[in-house]
Amino acid sequence: MFRFLIGRLFQGMLVLLALYTITFFLAKAMPGEPFTSEKNVSAETKANIRKLYGLDQPLWKQYFVYPKNIITEGSFGISTSKGRPVGDIILQSFPNSLLLGLCSLAFAIAIGVPIGVLSAVRKNSWVDWTCMAIAMIGICVPSFTIGPLLQIYAAAHIPGLKVAGWGNLQDVLLPAFTLGLVSAAYLARLTRGGILEVLSQDFVRTARAKGVSPTKVILKHTLRGGLLPAVAYLGPAFAALISGSFIVETIFQVPGMGQHFVNAATTRDEFLLLGLSLFFGFLIVVMNLLADLLTGFLDPRVRLAGETE
Amino acid sequence: MSLLDVKNLKTYFHTRAGTTRAVDDVSFSIDKKEIVGVVGESGSGKSVTCHSMLGLLPQPPAKVEGGSVTFDGQELIGLPTSLLRAIRGKRISMVFQDPMSCLNPYLRIIDQVAEPILIHENASLEQAESRAIEMMKKVGIRDAEQRAHSYPHEFSGGMRQRVMIAMSLVTNPDLLLADEPTTALDVTVQARILEILRELRDDLGVAVLFVTHDLGVVANIADRVVVMYKGKIVEQGTVCDIFQNPSHPYVKGLLACRPSLDTKYRILPTVDDFLKTEDQADGSTTLGERPDAMERLAKLQEEEILDDPVEKPLETLLEVNDLGVHFHSGGGFLGKPPETVIAVDKVNLTIPKGKTLGLVGESGCGKTTLGRAILRLQQTCRGSVQYDGRELIGLTQADMLEYRKRMQIIFQDPYASLNPRQTIEQTLIEPLLVHKIGANRGQRRDRVVSLLEEVGLGAEFLLRYPHEFSGGQRQRISVARALAVEPEFVVCDECVSAMDVSVQAQVLNLLRELQGKRNLTYLFISHDLSVVKFMSDDIAVMKQGRIEEFGKANEVYENPQSDYTRELLEAVPRADF
Amino acid sequence: MTDKMSSIPQGSSLWKDARARMAKNRFAMGGLWVIGIMFSLCFVFAWFCPDPNKINLVNKFASSSEEHWFGTDALGRDLFARILYGGQVSILVGLIATAVSVAIGIVYGAVSGFVGGKTDAFMMRIVDTLLAIPFLVLVIVLQATLSDWSGEATKWIVESFGWDKEFTARLTNVVPLFFALGLLGWLTLSRIVRAQVMSIKEREFVEAAVALGYGKTRILFRHVIPNVLGPTVVYSTLTVPGFIMYEAILSFLGLGVESPNSSWGVLIKEGANFLETEIQLLLLPGLFFSLTLFSLNFLGDGLRDALDVKASKD
Repeated sequence: MFRFLIGRLFQGMLVLLALYTITFFLAKAMPGEPFTSEKNVSAETKANIRKLYGLDQPLWKQYFVYPKNIITEGSFGISTSKGRPVGDIILQSFPNSLLLGLCSLAFAIAIGVPIGVLSAVRKNSWVDWTCMAIAMIGICVPSFTIGPLLQIYAAAHIPGLKVAGWGNLQDVLLPAFTLGLVSAAYLARLTRGGILEVLSQDFVRTARAKGVSPTKVILKHTLRGGLLPAVAYLGPAFAALISGSFIVETIFQVPGMGQHFVNAATTRDEFLLLGLSLFFGFLIVVMNLLADLLTGFLDPRVRLAGETE
Repeated sequence: MSLLDVKNLKTYFHTRAGTTRAVDDVSFSIDKKEIVGVVGESGSGKSVTCHSMLGLLPQPPAKVEGGSVTFDGQELIGLPTSLLRAIRGKRISMVFQDPMSCLNPYLRIIDQVAEPILIHENASLEQAESRAIEMMKKVGIRDAEQRAHSYPHEFSGGMRQRVMIAMSLVTNPDLLLADEPTTALDVTVQARILEILRELRDDLGVAVLFVTHDLGVVANIADRVVVMYKGKIVEQGTVCDIFQNPSHPYVKGLLACRPSLDTKYRILPTVDDFLKTEDQADGSTTLGERPDAMERLAKLQEEEILDDPVEKPLETLLEVNDLGVHFHSGGGFLGKPPETVIAVDKVNLTIPKGKTLGLVGESGCGKTTLGRAILRLQQTCRGSVQYDGRELIGLTQADMLEYRKRMQIIFQDPYASLNPRQTIEQTLIEPLLVHKIGANRGQRRDRVVSLLEEVGLGAEFLLRYPHEFSGGQRQRISVARALAVEPEFVVCDECVSAMDVSVQAQVLNLLRELQGKRNLTYLFISHDLSVVKFMSDDIAVMKQGRIEEFGKANEVYENPQSDYTRELLEAVPRADF
Repeated sequence: MTDKMSSIPQGSSLWKDARARMAKNRFAMGGLWVIGIMFSLCFVFAWFCPDPNKINLVNKFASSSEEHWFGTDALGRDLFARILYGGQVSILVGLIATAVSVAIGIVYGAVSGFVGGKTDAFMMRIVDTLLAIPFLVLVIVLQATLSDWSGEATKWIVESFGWDKEFTARLTNVVPLFFALGLLGWLTLSRIVRAQVMSIKEREFVEAAVALGYGKTRILFRHVIPNVLGPTVVYSTLTVPGFIMYEAILSFLGLGVESPNSSWGVLIKEGANFLETEIQLLLLPGLFFSLTLFSLNFLGDGLRDALDVKASKD
């Protein structure tokens, strides 16, 4: 276990390093200066930042300055477009994204898994076909079509729901639903596939030969193995959900991280881009690790790499 | 009254391709405490019979079309599932073939063994668990208390089958349906499982329906035998009757075509020597006896092996010295700690020209690895392989090409050993192209046709794909491919293990015939001692990578020197009365 | 001899069997039809449509008429024509990005699986690392970088080759998208191909080929690759809708296709602006978009069943 964690920690660092390297050079390759379009940053600040991050130094030196500042000062740099520290921006927007992400995840699991199980149990019946058709709609109709539709129909007719905005607790409902729909659809398909795979295995026949009831066959003998594909999908999906969705935050004007990210990419805000990318990467690494641990917990055959036999 | 009465049971499979009569009018019965063996080859309907009784077949496509199954006075066919569930696992239990896949990998052993008690009896969890552990001890699982809390993957195949048996007997059922329970196991493990089953029958008074393809096993364990063929029962009776005085031609054929440790034929009789099948207009088949069956058999008997009185000095074709193969795993950066498994450990062997060396051993003993290492399909780490006086280890790929032509291999699984995307013609022409045999397309094609004919197939199969053939036919094609390059030496790696005995006899005969015609030298690898005995002049017994015993076939079988060989020989189920 | 040969019954290959199974799958065949119709609409019928970029402010938000089947948008442009031209871009992005990622994925995966050993371990470590990087983040960064060059690229092409300026600008706007998606989309495919190659390599017919002295190239091309094509085809088909979706997301965020080009993502984005009054501007492009994705997914699922490919965990 310890060996496994150390190994994964190391691997995670590698991922972050690779991500940093790629983002750094891509950001540097963007033409133009970070400040060209900015007016709300004083010339003095610009000069300070330049010096602080060695923007006047050769490229390879700049490459090391940013990580050094993170480690020694805990500083992710200053957003050139907002004129505020990147760390502050993340801290401010992340809770919003986290709330949205958790709600949509809860929704996705609550809808997707039961639908997948139902579909698998009633394989090739109209129930199955309906469920899978709905799941297909969830996958094929983009959130930027569903979102606006919800805005004009749901928000207009259901009291308490707003077209857009972020302030009350119920404001999270529409964006969470929109965001969770795709994940729910994928979860339903993966759960169905996983359960069917397990149901076709010999030990299910053994259980039936023992006189286990159909409900218990599913709950006790099948669900654990059948959920494995869904769990593997959930790790990265969870990270993507709680790090905010670019689309849904734009549509519903949620002050989350996704918006900042798009802004950073369009305004060439180098440090914001780097900081957010690293933060995303960090979330993914952590969530993948959690998914692996959960898989190990669900499936006793999986020995976490690094453990001795 | 018997415990179980099956009358005119009919189970059909309805698929798009048509209806298959998997079980067609089957009747038999089992008494209390009786062990009845149901024998048949694949597709004979023996397992389907078993599954039909408890309603365990997937419906559709399967459907019980008629007949009755009466268990202790109660009709099972048509019984609502809820009532049937009360019988399953409580009064009638089942044990399945593959202990690897039949236990739930996600649940602890104890949860699975205790489950039938918790379902069927009003017992507390502690009671159920202590009874489960008691039963596990009874089937010979040592340290049952501790091991009960581990998961199936931590058990060996034989141990898992014991767990299965414990699980099925923990509720004290009246009848145990055992569906090929020992087929996936090594022969020594099989012997122990059979022993346990016999003991438990006496201890617990449970009746057993034992389904198997292995006549030896049936002779060993059953009181009565039911022989099935293509969905029908062709003969039933006591073990003695069936084995000593079979009346049906199929049963006669089945008994004769199976090589036993005492077989003296040079060519095995086949089922076709006895049985004449005629397809009727309505799609059914009638079975009849060949009128000339006795003559055919007598002719075979004439060809009985006569020991050569004069031992000619033999020319050595292959010599293996001090050969070793090690597998390394792990050792990656931050991965598993490195491990070395010694698969082949300092092996010495010689094979004379034109003879057969049989290599026997249980699964995992390294016999396949040894065969592959000799052909240089496997990296070796020490020792030498001399073929016809030339050292093969260390030859470059270009130099090895000549020997690729002279040494060939036939694999176990005829389904995996042919490229599914190539026609038979492409498969057989490719070696000719690579080794530049035959001057033009026409010549090569003629050669391919004659090869096919040599293995008993015709030119009409040339443009077919492998999936359109049966297992036996595919193996013939594999043989033809190996022979395409005119080799002198062929490694047969478990090449009949996946086959029914009747098909096995045909393929063995083919190999024998080809050996005579082409003066081939075989390395015959198998886990089946009877088959090896039939095929081989010399025998090597392998265990954990080492050769335990090496000598003349007759001498090894009649007077085994090592304990392990003796144990193996004793474990072979015999059908002698 | 020839006479005799011609009478030999032709066997049925696995591909032929798969085609027969496919033909029985109504969903997949329906999908195929819709894709065919969509394709001919966007790439053939579109030539006969009015100019999608002709602005006519007098006739904005027109409703359906003989002249404008789907009416017009906020600038009086013909919506039907814009949807078809937008479809060209969306479908091309899907196909070309898939082609790029398939080309890289197959070669990378096949080499990794076939060579094996340390090379394989190293190559897969790289893929693992890249896979752990959030895809959309990278696409956005890469796309932002690439598209920034497109202005200069346009200037350069127009100056040195004398191409039409408007056409070049459109081209340089779209081409980075192909590569941004394609260059990053090959990771999963390479893993699938590698896993397939590894399992085929263990099959006995490959060992038989080694024992018969066949060369490495022959084994790779005649025995391994034909047997990994099935899963590759299936996965590639299922990749196309994914790329079309990514294009739409990027365009919606203003990072993908830009005016005067249009794509389904651009149209949906424009339509969302007039949601309350002119909902057809959102719904119609959305319908075309979803219908195409539906069909591609059904086709892919059908292919998977027909070719008997085990569900891959991607």
